[in-house]
Amino acid sequence: MVKIIRLIILFSFVWGVSPICVVANEEHATADTLAPKKFNTGDLIFDHIKDSYEWHITTIGHSHISIPLPVILYSKSNGFHCFMSSKFHHGKESYLRFHVASEGEFQRKIVETMEDGTEVRPWDFSITKNVTSLFISIILLLFIFLAVAKRYTENFARAPKGIQSWIEPIVVFICDDIAKPSIGKEKYQKYLPYLLTSFFFIFINNLMGLFPFFPGGANLTGDISVTLVLALFTFALTSFSGSRDYWVHLINAPGIPLWLKFPFPLMPIVEIMGVFIKPFVLTIRLFANMTAGHIVALGFYSLIFIFAEKSIFAGYGISVLSIAFTVFMGLLELLVAFIQAYVFTLLSALYIGLALERHPSHD
Amino acid sequence: MGLVMPEFGLFFWMLLSFSLLLYVLKRFAWGPILNALSEREKSIEDALQSAENAKEEMLKLQSGNERILKEAILERENIVKEARELKASIIQEARHEASVEANKVMEHAKMAVERERLAAISEIKILIANFSVDIAGIILKEKLTEDSRQKELIQNYIDQINLN
Repeated sequence: MVKIIRLIILFSFVWGVSPICVVANEEHATADTLAPKKFNTGDLIFDHIKDSYEWHITTIGHSHISIPLPVILYSKSNGFHCFMSSKFHHGKESYLRFHVASEGEFQRKIVETMEDGTEVRPWDFSITKNVTSLFISIILLLFIFLAVAKRYTENFARAPKGIQSWIEPIVVFICDDIAKPSIGKEKYQKYLPYLLTSFFFIFINNLMGLFPFFPGGANLTGDISVTLVLALFTFALTSFSGSRDYWVHLINAPGIPLWLKFPFPLMPIVEIMGVFIKPFVLTIRLFANMTAGHIVALGFYSLIFIFAEKSIFAGYGISVLSIAFTVFMGLLELLVAFIQAYVFTLLSALYIGLALERHPSHD
Repeated sequence: MGLVMPEFGLFFWMLLSFSLLLYVLKRFAWGPILNALSEREKSIEDALQSAENAKEEMLKLQSGNERILKEAILERENIVKEARELKASIIQEARHEASVEANKVMEHAKMAVERERLAAISEIKILIANFSVDIAGIILKEKLTEDSRQKELIQNYIDQINLN
């Protein structure tokens, strides 16, 4: 228990203090390069919560320290290209005909300048910061769960130990309190691997997103592409495992007055919309929750620099408050990291359960 | 708007790697873990069940023991009772036999005494006759005059002596 409390304290300290250095350094960097440019909170926040082609670690003086990541592009006119993002020199230079757009529709994305001067987005398979974070989290997940599985295969009767005793209550919780009541006792086992994988994937990535520097700090579960894929998995599972009743009820829900279905099919339209709204809601909920957490925390930090522009002492003064709030936010986000993983898994299980349901009484 | 537009590259990598992750974990992690958990659950349940069974068996055994004990006590009491009865009857019989024997002995003794007494009486009669003759002789020495009268007198005396 003491260990856990120590971990939490350490975590909140790291979370509270370290981004200050990053923010401070970045402000210097922009101030140095672009004369007296005003501190832009929006840019700062978006730089942090959005994907990028390099993994920025810190900036000391004029030199940015970042990990260059591979860029993989396919352009219709130019074919395949594969190079390191360091060729862009932190987004300031172009390479071949590609460069990172600094503004406009494709801001922070690689665009190709065509011969007529227009900017076109090529097919972009780059291993960006988020993709790297995705790979790291997957390696972490594989490492944890294969090790745990090995312990279980060695001797199932042995009392859980180490990481196993962290995992086991959660696995049992997902089994008994999410899957079984939502899906039903007969069929829940078929869907358990997906529910467990998505839970731990979201949870680990939420936690990694909270960790402020490499290998954490990427806002992976706050990226809509990622949450969309997760929601599509749930959508595919519900659609493929839907019982006959599920499809029949979409078109012809029993127990609803006929005038709602004919001549104008109001209920069928609502029901069919519901099928697509469910994964959409899953996508948005996770994305918005995680992104909002990052934005709020970064907003509190930005307060320091907004005040510091007026007076350096106001900046120091407000920093105490900012750090206190951010530590609080950090702890709250720890909770949110778990809750969002739980909510996603629970809703997925519920949707699958709804699709599997049979209604013998109505027919 | 850039924030809420899915990015193709990340979508592609996510789809690919999450599918792989799902497959690998399903095959090599969740299978063994869930199996182990359910097996452990089953073994714990079995253990509890068998403990319950053992307890019941124990109770059964205990009640059996009690029954046996009760029966044993009852049997002991019976045996003791029987023994007591046997003892009483043996004593009774012995007493009876003893009295019969004693009576027999007594009878014998009485008969012997009677026989001895009769013998003694006849002997005494003979002795008295002899004494009488002797006495008569002595008397006769002195007054032997009327012999026949004397003898008649003597006989008279002898008959008068009743020794019974």
